[in-house]
Amino acid sequence: MHTKLRLYFIVILLIGLGIGLILYKHFVLGFPLSPDDKKPVWTIEAKIDFIARGDPIIVSFALPPKTSDIAIIEEDFASPDYGFSELVSPTGRRAQWSKRTASGSQTAYYRLSMYETDSITEEGTADLPPEPEKPEFDEVLKTAATTLLDQVRSRSANTETFTRELITTLNSNAPGQNQSLLLNDQSSEEYKTHLIINLLALEGISAHIVRGLYLQDGRRRQVLVNFIEVYIGGQWLLFNQDSGEIGKPKNFLIWQRGDQSLLDVVGGKNSQISFSIIKNVHSTRNLVVRDSMNKQAGIIDFSIYSLPIEQQNAFKMILLLPIGALIVVIMRLLVGIRTSGTFMPILIALALIQTTLLTGILIFLTVVGIGLLIRSYLSRLNLLFVARISAVIIVVIAIMASISILSNKLGLDQAMTVTFFPMIILSWTIERMSVLWEEDGPREVFIQGGGSLLTAVIAYLFMTNRTIEYLTFNFPELMLVNLALILILGQYTGYRLSELYRFHALERRHASSQR
Amino acid sequence: MLLASAKKLRSFGIIGMNQRNFGLISRYNPRHLYPLVDDKLKTKLLAQQAGITVPKLLGTVQYQHDVRLLKDILDPHAQFVIKPVKGSGGKGILVITEHEHNLYFKPSGDALQLHDIERHVSNILSGLHSLGGKPDMVMIESLIQLDPVFADYSYEGIPDLRIIVFRGYPIMAMLRLTTHASDGKANLHQGAVGVGIDMGTGSALHAVQHGEPVLFHPDTRKTFSELMVPHWDKLLQLAAACYEMTGLGYLGADIVLDRDHGPMIIELNARPGLSIQVANAAGLAPRIAVIESIQEIDPDPGSRADFSKQQFAIDPAIAPPRELRTRRNDHSW
Repeated sequence: MHTKLRLYFIVILLIGLGIGLILYKHFVLGFPLSPDDKKPVWTIEAKIDFIARGDPIIVSFALPPKTSDIAIIEEDFASPDYGFSELVSPTGRRAQWSKRTASGSQTAYYRLSMYETDSITEEGTADLPPEPEKPEFDEVLKTAATTLLDQVRSRSANTETFTRELITTLNSNAPGQNQSLLLNDQSSEEYKTHLIINLLALEGISAHIVRGLYLQDGRRRQVLVNFIEVYIGGQWLLFNQDSGEIGKPKNFLIWQRGDQSLLDVVGGKNSQISFSIIKNVHSTRNLVVRDSMNKQAGIIDFSIYSLPIEQQNAFKMILLLPIGALIVVIMRLLVGIRTSGTFMPILIALALIQTTLLTGILIFLTVVGIGLLIRSYLSRLNLLFVARISAVIIVVIAIMASISILSNKLGLDQAMTVTFFPMIILSWTIERMSVLWEEDGPREVFIQGGGSLLTAVIAYLFMTNRTIEYLTFNFPELMLVNLALILILGQYTGYRLSELYRFHALERRHASSQR
Repeated sequence: MLLASAKKLRSFGIIGMNQRNFGLISRYNPRHLYPLVDDKLKTKLLAQQAGITVPKLLGTVQYQHDVRLLKDILDPHAQFVIKPVKGSGGKGILVITEHEHNLYFKPSGDALQLHDIERHVSNILSGLHSLGGKPDMVMIESLIQLDPVFADYSYEGIPDLRIIVFRGYPIMAMLRLTTHASDGKANLHQGAVGVGIDMGTGSALHAVQHGEPVLFHPDTRKTFSELMVPHWDKLLQLAAACYEMTGLGYLGADIVLDRDHGPMIIELNARPGLSIQVANAAGLAPRIAVIESIQEIDPDPGSRADFSKQQFAIDPAIAPPRELRTRRNDHSW
């Protein structure tokens, strides 16, 4: 009982560890559970144009913040003959190009490849911003503003509804006198943003401008769109300044927060900035692996991914073996299929992976069939055992060579994959089958041969399943779960399926004698 | 119905392969004791020390170059059996019943040349029949003479009695009768008839061939209802004594009856099969439970045999082995 308890403890530990690691990789590192999981990757190019006046030039450009809801794959800064540095300040990252002297039209490029992660951003409580300074309005505007705010205040219940109501009022199709006065004629986006922020400040509500970019495939000459972020209840809420909608829209990249300038050009004029956007679709798994390697997540850094590609490919195959072993355990312990050689079916299954199913089975049957014929002749030659099995190995190789050459001449490329079959295993199979034939007759040979082949085919079907292949390689910790399953199966003392057949006569007899 | 329900089988106390490997063999048979029974020479020596009769050893061959000496060993004997020392499941056993000049005859009448026998011997030596293909030895034994009691129930071979001994107590017995289908071998897989034997009296209970019930021997057409194993007490004691001999808690003793020398142990098995349950139409589990509940094992094989005899006897009043007496209801199954 004690050992049983210990075993269950180990099993639970293994399963817990295995599943825990899988969940960690899925939810924290973002590994997808399906091989078909794809993600759009956005490549955004910002083009900065200006006319240089022949003086020293400094171009300072705000870069998007690195937050947890986006993963940056690549960043490029290109502009010929300019010095470049990336500055990190409390207000955000900035790129800075510099040059002693230049004249004429100049261009600087910034390119960013990023994708949106699924990780849930923790909405931690933001620090309380300082009380906003009361803006200075002239008398007329001030009266209009106060009246408007009074109206809005009466129609709202809290800060959130107040902000939304304010924005919708300002955007209404039939603006009242106050609105028109406030919005003036020069109702540019920039003006409207600052107006809203100022009005909110008048009400004592902290707000700041947020600039961002809608991500749409194939767009060129895009500009940043202004949003307003308002401090409500310990966190910043994003408002669309045209509709009053709350929250970050889908496919929207926040480029800059706060009132700092987007672009400063010293020593140039007519500076312009435009964005173009391209979307590519990439396998999520590749993106995540690259991202995790960059972040040096320990579990990825010390994993199979850190190996050279060639070894990784080898492991792709090796990690499938436990699945085959599990199939063999199930087939033998639960189903009770007899196989010739315990793990011979796995090796056959591995060969089938290389040859494809039907060709593989045909080749296997051909080689074993011809081998058995030749082996029956060898047994008449009165050879010692080791010499005979060695002879069989040579015979098998000869058969395989003939099949290869013959199929090549006939133009059947498929059959040339015969070389993937393990020769020694085939020889042993032939030897065992032949002895079995002599001692127990052909029936037993077909039972065991068929059992081996059936197990091999089932193992093959599992091992070639795309999802299983993907999961075993990308989640090697599945092996722990597999191990736990095998440990449990090792404890199974119930009947095998074949025994239900073996003993079925007994049941009938009991039934009849009880009548 | 092709498949039995697992629930019913369990209620009959049928033990499955996994249960046998896990609950019986690995629990009651310490690994280090296996060589005692896997090596038939060692078993023979042990049996002789314990005063148990075994077939006479005529000679052994251990090395390939000694195969030449085979003729000298075989020459004086008209009948003999060649066996691999580490063989299992009756594999590699060659029986010669007649020897004339250079010709050796199998029970079936097939003639073999000396070089055929030499090849067989060298095959055994290279481990063809041994577990895991390890190098093996060959032993040559005197042939067992068919006891006339079984003359009507066997075909071209010697029937043997398999008794399962659990912690020293014989718990179930089965007679294996050779048939034409089994090629004169007492091997159920190959078509020998298994006859369940009543532990109390030694009389036949049920018989199966290929897992299906049979009522008479397929070759001699003799019904099993009159079959009764003689020397039953002696046989049970012999089997019980194998426990002291080997120390194995779960073993199968293969015993034959020799016309001239009486009961003999020919082989012991540390992994006895489960077909015995089919032949007896009864499960091992209830009997094992009875023995497992015994706190102290009786040190005397004789009294253990008596205990089993009483405990596991089939009371004909309760469970009549009906199909051996009447066939009228056959079709109603």
